[in-house]
Amino acid sequence: MSTYAKKKGFGATLWDFLTTVDHKKIAILYLITGGLFFVVGGLEAMFIRIQLAVPNNDFVSAGLYNEIITMHGTTMIFLAAMPLVFALMNAVMPLQIGARDVAFPFLNSLGFWLFFFGGTFLNLSWFMGGAPDAGWTSYASLALQSEGHGIDFYVLGLQISGLGTLIGGINFLVTIINMRTPGMTYMRMPLFTWSTFVVSALILFAFPPLTVGLTLMMFDRMFGANFFVTAAGGNTIIWEHLFWIFGHPEVYILILPAFGVFSELFATFSRKRLFGYSSMVFATVLIGFLGFMVWAHHMFTVGLGPIANAIFAVATMAIAVPTGIKIFNWIFTMWGGKVRFTTPMLYAVAFIPSFTMGGVTGIMNAAAPADYQYHDSYFVVAHFHYVIVGGVVLGLLAGITFYWPKMFGTMLNETLGKITFWFFLIGFHLTFFIQHFLGLLGMPRRVFTYQKDLGWETSNMISTVGAFLMAVGVLVMVYNIIITSIKNEKVGNDPWGDGRTLEWAISSPPPFYNFKQLPLVRGLDPYWIEKMEGKTEMTPAEPLGDIHMPNGSFLPVTISFGLFVAAFGALFHMDDKAWSIPVIIIGLLITFGSMLIRSVKDDHGFHIHKEDLMDNTDKGGKS
Amino acid sequence: MKKRLQNWRLISLFAIMTLFLAGCGNAQLSALNPAGEVAKTQYDLMVLSTLIMVLVIIVVVILFVIVLFRFRHKKGDDSIPKQVEGSHKLEIIWTTIPILLLIILAVPTVMSTFDLADTKAMDVKDKDGKTKDALVVNVRANLYWWEFEYPDLGIVTSQELVVPTDQKVYFNLKSSDVKHSFWVPSVGGKMDTNVDGTNQFYLEFDNEKSNEAENLFHGKCAELCGPSHALMDFKVKTKTKDEFTAWVKDMQGVKEAVPAKGDVAKQGEEIFAESCIGCHAVTPNDSRPEAARLAPNLSNFGDRDKIAGVLDHTDEELGNWLEDPEKYKPGNKMTGTYGELDEEQISALTEYLMNLKVESK
Repeated sequence: MSTYAKKKGFGATLWDFLTTVDHKKIAILYLITGGLFFVVGGLEAMFIRIQLAVPNNDFVSAGLYNEIITMHGTTMIFLAAMPLVFALMNAVMPLQIGARDVAFPFLNSLGFWLFFFGGTFLNLSWFMGGAPDAGWTSYASLALQSEGHGIDFYVLGLQISGLGTLIGGINFLVTIINMRTPGMTYMRMPLFTWSTFVVSALILFAFPPLTVGLTLMMFDRMFGANFFVTAAGGNTIIWEHLFWIFGHPEVYILILPAFGVFSELFATFSRKRLFGYSSMVFATVLIGFLGFMVWAHHMFTVGLGPIANAIFAVATMAIAVPTGIKIFNWIFTMWGGKVRFTTPMLYAVAFIPSFTMGGVTGIMNAAAPADYQYHDSYFVVAHFHYVIVGGVVLGLLAGITFYWPKMFGTMLNETLGKITFWFFLIGFHLTFFIQHFLGLLGMPRRVFTYQKDLGWETSNMISTVGAFLMAVGVLVMVYNIIITSIKNEKVGNDPWGDGRTLEWAISSPPPFYNFKQLPLVRGLDPYWIEKMEGKTEMTPAEPLGDIHMPNGSFLPVTISFGLFVAAFGALFHMDDKAWSIPVIIIGLLITFGSMLIRSVKDDHGFHIHKEDLMDNTDKGGKS
Repeated sequence: MKKRLQNWRLISLFAIMTLFLAGCGNAQLSALNPAGEVAKTQYDLMVLSTLIMVLVIIVVVILFVIVLFRFRHKKGDDSIPKQVEGSHKLEIIWTTIPILLLIILAVPTVMSTFDLADTKAMDVKDKDGKTKDALVVNVRANLYWWEFEYPDLGIVTSQELVVPTDQKVYFNLKSSDVKHSFWVPSVGGKMDTNVDGTNQFYLEFDNEKSNEAENLFHGKCAELCGPSHALMDFKVKTKTKDEFTAWVKDMQGVKEAVPAKGDVAKQGEEIFAESCIGCHAVTPNDSRPEAARLAPNLSNFGDRDKIAGVLDHTDEELGNWLEDPEKYKPGNKMTGTYGELDEEQISALTEYLMNLKVESK
């Protein structure tokens, strides 16, 4: 399909993307939407830094500032980082395990559209009476007192997009368990697939607590329930627990795929197999597991008592061990290799010291009594940006650059890529390193301004300058993407030259059925093994035969759109608007009606016939 | 080569900045200038963890730099490096050494977690239900002001916490609206003031360090609580034991509001009695229940250092504040509760309030 897309008009292409169930196109949808939200979140970040550049600034008002920080955090985590991670997982994981698609292509599309409409709903709050303003953590006592509908947009928007994420996670789990090509045992799976696997399990267990928390808050705000109202016997600390039981694993949901990308990069561009593969797998699983044991380290100052604080402090420190294993394994993957500094590899190399910084400040935060000082200060802001930007964002930029040819069949410009890299990296350290000290000098986080003569002026100015450098880097990247897309110079199967895993054995972009014949995997780094034996393609594991493919469907869009409509009804029902109930009903009718159609209409998909496959050998996908 | 240089430049830049910053920090505000036992414990833990972590970073950076120098791909070199599977010996090394390092950090962490949570002295009460040997302060956080009640001394004050040095001061912390967090960075880490119950902890204010800080520390709200979160500051004034006792006497001596002196102030007193007294008390022995204490107690307003926590303590700023509090603290609960005041009324009020002094200096 993708190879024919060019010949179509705009309308047909649009329809194609609206109805696609192809994991590669869904990856592109995630990439575009996530990229747009990344720019929105980045703009919000710039407003924050401009406001804080000088003391007593009045660039934005206090109330608006709180909306901006809330939306910056929420957008970056839920609407930028998550979908970009999903973009990579969708684009790469099925290829890496030698599958023709994910296990449930329809659900894959549904997951995306739920995320899309949830995210759009949340951002519409800007134009409909104000965005949420209680921080991305939305602590209950403040959230319940927040006026206007900001918090309701937050609750409903995240609920809808969270459903999409949960569906996506389950889908990936099933895909990896069931759809590996012959010979692709668990212990031969590339590290990126492993991290997708662990992350999907984390999503499965971490998102339900968020769903529960959001539901309780929805009931409190919309139906006058009192789950978080102390005066009526409720308890606000419950929200903090629910949020962080989700929130801490969420950090690992974001960072593990980045780890996965880096593992691929270090091996590829050092021309060496990953050092200590089995301990890397073990470390990934262990990090995922421990990620659920440490949420209360976000709550050291809540007053849970010394026993809880001590236990969570020690548990948190324990995570450093598997993370350290990973760092050293990466370094020793490069050790003795032939390291080529391509743009993605630059990100990977810069990631090691940057992320180590974020990791060690994490351990410093784990020392509970010291955390009483760091907590909710700029030290913590610095710490988590070192982890999220120095880890996740560098990983995403690396992954996107690395897999760009596989997704679009053309290479991003290397020179521009390196310019982006240097601006972004230097800007990043300039912005956030100094914030550690701001925190120690007593600057609380989430302040819309500060007084003069507290010793914070210079540091804040430096931080703002850094943010502008990062913005320049991102602009250069946008320019790079545009000119690359215009030039559109096609590349072959393995454009980086040293691809090791299955995705590099097929054309870029792959045909819509991925593998004409499922490949036979004979060990870790299957494509590398074949290359070392002088072959150019994989040995097939099956004779050429008909391929069963799913039909596209518009229903995921309508199912999600129905919820989007119903959410507006629910939100304005609080204002006793007469039209709210009909709107809820119409929305739900669209959703459930679409689901009914899906249930009763037979859709067996279609077959690509053997003869057709034989005809177009030139379309790549040899295996 | 260029890349390498830039990497080094970056690292040395950070090193210089680190040194530069470590030396400074406002003595009244910086956690790097610990002015008491609690902050000192926390500072020591910070130093220990930083040292361990710097050690880790150095090891990583050394290996990292060696890799970047030695194992670069050279042009025209198409050889395939040896495909190493891993090394059990190395794996064991970089698993056990971090574990050992963490144990070194974990032991003092756990110990001081328990030490800093030790508030047993608060439970030792005498026959009248007063705390026997410890000074207890009830901290109540409100949108956007702080109340400090000394339950055993019968004193209520606000915005400025007055404490004796060189002894443990115990705190009961709670909030009356949304969650806030009580933080005096130079003296100790923060503790949240929840809406769900009372938290307890203690701080100690070192006499010498207090003198260096001119007996004044900045206090902050550390939990996002609304538009004026950034402006929810308070001050801590430290006094020696004797000075503190004297202050307590002074405060306890004010059974009725300090009478206004002069005609203008008298006029201000009248306006105050009409428009303000419903929320603001002017006697430290405010016996009304907490729920009725809707606004900061102003009995010693004239002695204070700031107006509303953030404005300079001048007649002009007080006038500005009374004219439009919303402008200076958006979202505060005072705006619109006392009608319009004309200029004359404002200056009368200012005169009255500025003379509410308790301390006999």
